[in-house]
Amino acid sequence: MRVDQQLIAEMITPGSRVLDVGSGDGTLIDYLYRTRKCDARGIELDMQSVTQSVAHGLPVVHGDADHDLAHYPDDTFDFVVLQRTLQAVERPQEVLRQMLRIGRHAIVSFPNFGYWRLRLQLLTTGRMPMTPVWSTPWHQTPNIHPCTIRDFVALCEEENYTIRQWLAIDEDGAKAPWRRSVRWANLFGEQALFLLSRQ
Amino acid sequence: MSNGNNENGATASVGQGGSLFTHKMVRLENGLSLECGESIAPLEIAYCTYGNLSSARDNAIFICHALTGDQYVAEQNPLTGKPGWWARMVGPGKPIDTDRFFVICSNVLGGCLGTTGPTSVCAETGTAWDCDFPQITMKDIVAAQVKLIDHLEIGRLFAVIGGSMGGMQALTWIAHHSERVFAAMPIATSPYHSAQNIAFNEVSRQAIFADPEWHKGRYRDYGAIPARGLGVARMMAHITYLSEEALNRKFGRRVRQSGLSSDAFLFGEMFEVESYLRHQGSTFVRRFDANSYLTITRAMDYFDLSADHDGDLSVPFQKCPTRICVVSFSSDWLFPTTQSRTLVRALSRAGANVSFVEIESDRGHDAFLLDEPDFDRTVRGFLDGAAEHAGLRRGQG
Repeated sequence: MRVDQQLIAEMITPGSRVLDVGSGDGTLIDYLYRTRKCDARGIELDMQSVTQSVAHGLPVVHGDADHDLAHYPDDTFDFVVLQRTLQAVERPQEVLRQMLRIGRHAIVSFPNFGYWRLRLQLLTTGRMPMTPVWSTPWHQTPNIHPCTIRDFVALCEEENYTIRQWLAIDEDGAKAPWRRSVRWANLFGEQALFLLSRQ
Repeated sequence: MSNGNNENGATASVGQGGSLFTHKMVRLENGLSLECGESIAPLEIAYCTYGNLSSARDNAIFICHALTGDQYVAEQNPLTGKPGWWARMVGPGKPIDTDRFFVICSNVLGGCLGTTGPTSVCAETGTAWDCDFPQITMKDIVAAQVKLIDHLEIGRLFAVIGGSMGGMQALTWIAHHSERVFAAMPIATSPYHSAQNIAFNEVSRQAIFADPEWHKGRYRDYGAIPARGLGVARMMAHITYLSEEALNRKFGRRVRQSGLSSDAFLFGEMFEVESYLRHQGSTFVRRFDANSYLTITRAMDYFDLSADHDGDLSVPFQKCPTRICVVSFSSDWLFPTTQSRTLVRALSRAGANVSFVEIESDRGHDAFLLDEPDFDRTVRGFLDGAAEHAGLRRGQG
């Protein structure tokens, strides 16, 4: 399991109901079921990944964050997880609203566009940055809504979400030590992980 | 037997080469009350089982067959001599593993291979029901299956699995008897029969009615069968089970030549697809009864799980404890993926534990009966996962 998934798992209360939006090969929901006794389910867009997950006995539906969250009733889940997907959805604000409607908590991870290497590349080359995390050219990228950590914090304030916990994560997915300052995290964190709840 | 019910009933059918054979069946003297208000008593249910029921009686899988299927899911069909219709899926070591699970499959109510249907004798009149067989629904068909598992003293099925009309039965199980089903796989199916599918059924029925041998449904009294009508019905239905790509690949525009100009060879030629469909039609009429076909297609037409709930499909699945895996096939235009997606969204609205996979295949509706490795993996994996949640031991049975 990826280190950031390990960090997500640590945020989740054992025995809770979890929906992993963009569950990929199902690693996280499998882990949550086996080690935390969670009722963990997934939504995944890539059909091969869905088939692979269901063939491993995991409850995963084919669907996507933009269109399928609306079909769940209020408070169906304790935690709704969105891993590295927020920047690729059609309407990030609406997706967050749906996550916090159907779940009491939302756990969101996304690549930070404020990371210093990206800033430096844009400044020095004048071209859209390319890094291992942002690895596709601008005209092919599925990441149509990149944001920085500060942008995300601002959105949470605008939407009145409580940030229960947040972490910046470095290139290897390990916790980065900029817990106190959003500004420093925004510069040195390659990825971000937030635990939100409704106010 | 308890309740005065009688095992090992002997419904005789005539098989290949004119040999008589009997179906394994149970006769339930109390019968069944139908949704239409009528009742059928006694009720006979012909069924097959595979594998062993565990001592805890918790490893039973009920397989629901499609419109023209039967109970011979994993063994040679004594009527046609052909292998079981899902022998590639059900058996020792197969995705539905009979080394582990106790598999039950019964001929549907209204069918013509041993279970009470239009060809059975009506106790009141002493003659065959024929076209007077009551109008049944999917709920009635499943109610008969519930009677069978009661008779087998199985409290909760581990799983109910069915494709096409079998999927409608699986959905009926979880909509009305969810406490008796731990897991369910509705495959290549829909929560309601679409206008397009009702339309196809109507053309099938009109073909039967137009046959001079139909005799208003009393054809057996005349020693006749409406073979042409039923054959045409089957030919048309068979097209809907395939896909354009599958037909192109299998037959293309290949033509057979004949020296003679006859009915069969229009202008001395016949496209291979024509020959194939005629073969499908003519073999079908030897194994299926026209009144059964009418009764069951009508039951499909009436099927709409949201009908009693102002069109809200999530209502029948509220508080449903069953683990559900919905499967569709990308080239299925009879029960297209959009209908499965409608079902999945309703199940999500109801908070049900649902998985949903669309299998990539160009073979149309029939893909669920064919060799599709991704589908096999899905069935095996879903059942394995569900068995773990149900606390079934590995290698049980």
